Amino acid sequence: MQAIKHEASVVSGTEGKTVEQKLAARAASKRRFPSLESADTSPAVRLLVQAIKTVVPPLLGLALLVLVWAVVAKSRGGLPGPLSTWESAKLLFADPFYQNGPNDQGVGWNILNSLGRVGIGFGMAALVGIPAGFILGRFAFVSAMFAPVISLLRPVSPLAWLPIGLLVFKAANPASIWVIFISSVWPMILNTAAGVRAVPQDYLNVARVLRLSELKVFTTILFPSVLPHVLTGVRLSIGVAWLVIVAAEMLTGGVGIGFWVWDEWNNLNVEHIIIAIFVVGLVGLLLEQALILLARRFSFGQGV
Amino acid sequence: MEKFVELQGVGKSFDSRKGRFVALRDVNLTIRQGEFVSLIGHSGCGKSTVLNIVAGLYDPNAGIALCGGREIDGPGPERAVVFQNHSLLPWLTCYGNIYLAVEKVFGQRENKAQLKARCEAALALVNLSHASDKYPHEVSGGMKQRVGIARALAMEPKVLLMDEPFGALDALTRANLQDELVKIVEATQATVVMVTHDVDEAVLLSDRIVMMTNGPAATVGEILEVALPRPRDRLALANDSAYHGYRSAVLEFLYQKHLRPAA
Repeated sequence: MQAIKHEASVVSGTEGKTVEQKLAARAASKRRFPSLESADTSPAVRLLVQAIKTVVPPLLGLALLVLVWAVVAKSRGGLPGPLSTWESAKLLFADPFYQNGPNDQGVGWNILNSLGRVGIGFGMAALVGIPAGFILGRFAFVSAMFAPVISLLRPVSPLAWLPIGLLVFKAANPASIWVIFISSVWPMILNTAAGVRAVPQDYLNVARVLRLSELKVFTTILFPSVLPHVLTGVRLSIGVAWLVIVAAEMLTGGVGIGFWVWDEWNNLNVEHIIIAIFVVGLVGLLLEQALILLARRFSFGQGV
Repeated sequence: MEKFVELQGVGKSFDSRKGRFVALRDVNLTIRQGEFVSLIGHSGCGKSTVLNIVAGLYDPNAGIALCGGREIDGPGPERAVVFQNHSLLPWLTCYGNIYLAVEKVFGQRENKAQLKARCEAALALVNLSHASDKYPHEVSGGMKQRVGIARALAMEPKVLLMDEPFGALDALTRANLQDELVKIVEATQATVVMVTHDVDEAVLLSDRIVMMTNGPAATVGEILEVALPRPRDRLALANDSAYHGYRSAVLEFLYQKHLRPAA
């Protein structure tokens, strides 16, 4: 007993020492590297430092991109540099919603048309994919039945579906919506199914002990539990859909950002193509961020 | 007192890919109304399986399980379970989690105000009235477990089943919750079956301790009556020779007679 006590005191003694040493070391390092965030600076200054820390690195990254672009544009004759693109963009966005006939409309119309196609194709994919995912996740038999079909069709490049769409629908617009549909349906099916399979058994046991009805189980346990997975699927799908729409519209024509890129290529208006690249990137970024916000709202501390 | 929960020759085996695994064989156990019974044993001894059979979450392969003179046929709110990891639904507030249970059990007979009063009383019982509108991820582990207990108690079950209710908590929180549970059980006169692997917890809380042999094919080894007077006080018992007697009887069973071979 005595020995144990002694040992314990020795252990706590060394622990105390290391803590003291750590504190001393920390104090010393502070003296050597006086940080801007030390306790005696005012909250306003600390806020400013924080703001600089969050804003400066992304700005530097973007500046680097523009610099590389400018250097490449300087050395290769055909590519317009940042300045001429900026001038062109100012003109373009001065009147984004003009209409000069079906093949010459403002950039705003092109974006809205593309978003409209994505919305319809993606919406139909959600209507089909999410319920299908629930069924696949719930019934192992159905899942085993469709596993080979999904594995076979999912890796196919979305554009390979375009001729089928043109053949079946005999029109360009439904065909590109079809391509959006087929490319964005898979992530929603697979993520929803995975979410249903991942519903913790504990929650289902709670439902069993309470003898909840099937409907109540669905609304209070299954659906909220699967929702974060569904939203992950939705986010991936929107990403894919927005990737695919540019390529699909290049091939099918009509009003849309993809067609616009191709049209401006035919006009050799490379500034507009570069603007389109930025616009497509920006819209994709906004869609993604919106869905991340939505997912966070429904994650309930489970982490997404 | 009458027999309330009764297991007669209960056996349970699971079919796995490697073949049949016999978890329990020939378990005989009766629990009286108002009794606090602990199931203790090394991990893998099937104590949770016994609890799940009483809960109705598992069907026994052999023997019969009775509760209140009727065969246990599936789970139900009269045998409320406090799960090991609280199992609160993360998208409902603490209040909402309890309300889900209360609404299901009493919703047909009582109006909204009565249901609300039940939920509030349950939260007050575990001293959590202030956390009513918090979501589970916003409160500590001990508080979550208390909400789980409140949810189970709010159903006014005939038997309260607890599967290592304090297993995931730190020692101090665990002690606090044990003391609270002692008070609640004394106030509500509930019949409780608790699975634990904590010897002190078992002795402090139980009227009887059911010690299980090691699996596979585990069964009831010995049953120890704990005749310590209630209310029991943790501090007073620390120097109580009877308490230490019970404690060493359980330890002897676990570490001498049925030491689990190193896995």
